[in-house]
Amino acid sequence: MRKKVIFKGVALPYLLLLPQLLITAVFFFWPAGQAIYGSFLREDAFGLSRDFVGFANFAEIFADPNYLGVVWNTVVFSGSVAFSALAVALFLAVQADKAIRGADAYKTLLIWPYAVAPAIAAVLWLFMFHPQIGLFGRLLNGMGVPWDYKLNGNQAMLLVIVAAAWKQVSYNFIFFLAGLQSIPRSVLEAAAIDGARPTRRFWTVVFPLLAPTGFFLLVVNIVYAFFDTFGTIHALTQGGPGQATTTLIYRVYLDGVQNLNFGSSAAQSVILMAIVIALTAIQFRFIERKVHY
Amino acid sequence: MHRRTLMASAAALGLAGSFRPALAQQRTEIQFWHGLSQPLGGMLEAVVKEFNDSQTRYTIVPSYRGSYPETMVAAIAAFRAGQAPAVVQMFEVGTGTMMNAGRAIIPTYQLLANTGVTINWDDFLPGVRGYYAAADGKQMSMPFNSSTAITYYNKDAFRAAGLNPDQFPETWGGIEEAMRKLKAAGPMAPLSVAWPTWTQMEQFSAIHDIPLATLGNGFGGLNTELSINNELMLRHLTNLTNWQKDGLFKYGGRNNAGEPAFPAGECAIMQTSSGFRARVQREARFGWGVAMLPFYEGRRPANSIIGGASFWVMNNGPNAPRSEAEQKGIADFFAFLAKPDVAGKWHMDTGYLPITKTGFEYAKSTGFYRKPENVGAEVPIEQMLRGATTENTRGIRLGGFVQIRDIWQEEMEKSFQGQQTPQQALVAMTTRGNQVLRNFERANRG
Repeated sequence: MRKKVIFKGVALPYLLLLPQLLITAVFFFWPAGQAIYGSFLREDAFGLSRDFVGFANFAEIFADPNYLGVVWNTVVFSGSVAFSALAVALFLAVQADKAIRGADAYKTLLIWPYAVAPAIAAVLWLFMFHPQIGLFGRLLNGMGVPWDYKLNGNQAMLLVIVAAAWKQVSYNFIFFLAGLQSIPRSVLEAAAIDGARPTRRFWTVVFPLLAPTGFFLLVVNIVYAFFDTFGTIHALTQGGPGQATTTLIYRVYLDGVQNLNFGSSAAQSVILMAIVIALTAIQFRFIERKVHY
Repeated sequence: MHRRTLMASAAALGLAGSFRPALAQQRTEIQFWHGLSQPLGGMLEAVVKEFNDSQTRYTIVPSYRGSYPETMVAAIAAFRAGQAPAVVQMFEVGTGTMMNAGRAIIPTYQLLANTGVTINWDDFLPGVRGYYAAADGKQMSMPFNSSTAITYYNKDAFRAAGLNPDQFPETWGGIEEAMRKLKAAGPMAPLSVAWPTWTQMEQFSAIHDIPLATLGNGFGGLNTELSINNELMLRHLTNLTNWQKDGLFKYGGRNNAGEPAFPAGECAIMQTSSGFRARVQREARFGWGVAMLPFYEGRRPANSIIGGASFWVMNNGPNAPRSEAEQKGIADFFAFLAKPDVAGKWHMDTGYLPITKTGFEYAKSTGFYRKPENVGAEVPIEQMLRGATTENTRGIRLGGFVQIRDIWQEEMEKSFQGQQTPQQALVAMTTRGNQVLRNFERANRG
């Protein structure tokens, strides 16, 4: 059943929408428009000369074999971050939802990492896993594991995934916990009376009922992995070794801010924007169908 | 701070309103952005203060804008917004970009001609001034803090390995021998380097007098191409890769990430900037020495090249030129920096090279090099002055060099990881680097 409120006239509804529309225009449409415009230009760093080059920037990007590598890195990175952050958060939320002693303390502690800035979180992990000065880094090397994420691309990828996922677990945890608490006890009790064991109860009752929360978090986590992990990567590996941890967003930064290649950087951010729009659309179109609110 | 600024402006307003311009001589403010963190930043600001106190017409206002690359990006963004600083400190890698910046900059020779101030460029170390001069010898920026790469080594580790601590091997062959003994003697990594591409490729090419890029390392024009895919470079990269595998060489990461390993006693030999000296002096708890960069047998070593930064004069914005008064003040400031006592003191305080010969003489005259704690402080200068400067050893002038360095580091790392052979790495470095050069050429043609 839907409720509909009908306004008289058009002025008031538009006036009420105006603040949000303004914010969207200033913080999304205007910069996105600039990026699209910039992606067709070739400029020198100082903005003294500017040529319209059509799709040349895009053609160059797609002709660059390294770009495909970066796309693959992004797929691995974002997939792993989103999956592990969601899985760990769900596990922790289910545990914290049980009647255990000191549950509130656990909950508070689990929410803490969210307040840590990405760069600081990365430095934290750096101090733990640096092969020479890190506690665990030294321990690993001491045990004979050749741990050196500065030269081993897979180890570097693992490290940035863990650091990025760790930060997101708290956020997911809060939402999962709230989702769990809103599941009616009666449903669970009914399932228990029917003889369903805890694992079965989880997969047949709890998990489907958590689906709306999970779906929302999936979108948020993918967007987080795509855009908000810049600080983590920058502080930990700077995209290296080689290009092992260079993701799409990190390359936009490298080409735009560091290499002052604005046209290419703008084209890359347009591509990135298209990817995220497509992903979100797919998620809403196909996955949302399986979600029951 | 804020209150003081407010009071100062209030006072200035009061003076402006009092119709007594003769008495209240207005000082021209000149914005100066630099990229030196503490303690060097403070020392630089002390030099600026000394200049401000030495005259009454100009006030240079220094402000720290983050690391070199950050300062560069900030200055360029400010120029696009019409608010560029009058003077900006730019690291040597940005030289190619600045030189092609057209009306964004006022070349130093132009500044001097506009203002009638003279600086004796012959007094400058050739390797220092040449790096910042155009192909025809015209000075484009004002050299200031310059360093070069040298070798630091742990004398205690040398002793423990049965090596002569006062005789550092001159050649890479000698170093390899020493590294094997060092490895046998203890768990310390024998060799590590910082600024991997600067020390192992750029300096390496200069020391061996081989070109890094065509057209005299890019001095001759924007259509330069990389020539790093040569026999000697391949030999060296192959050696480093094999040494890394054998545990003789430990890759310490990009930029200066490898540096802390030396004062911490985790590597016996370190090649990095001569500016690292102060930190070693402060932190090393062992006997250490410095030596010139090594070369391969059968080669005659040439001079090394510099790193560091120079001062560039910028216009305000695309359509906002720098005022005459500001230009005069900047020219006076540059002439002040070239004075023997100023250049000499900066060198002695910081460990950077003395940029002028008279500055070097001044430092000598104070007995600086005879002090026991300064033993070896003249090694970088001697290395800079070794041999006659050639096309291959006067510097590097590549557009987009920041990006090219990154590419080199990436490919080097892939080689050390064993993902590709050193030969493949050199090919990839050349192809990808040339692409950056072509992009830069296209963007700066007009």
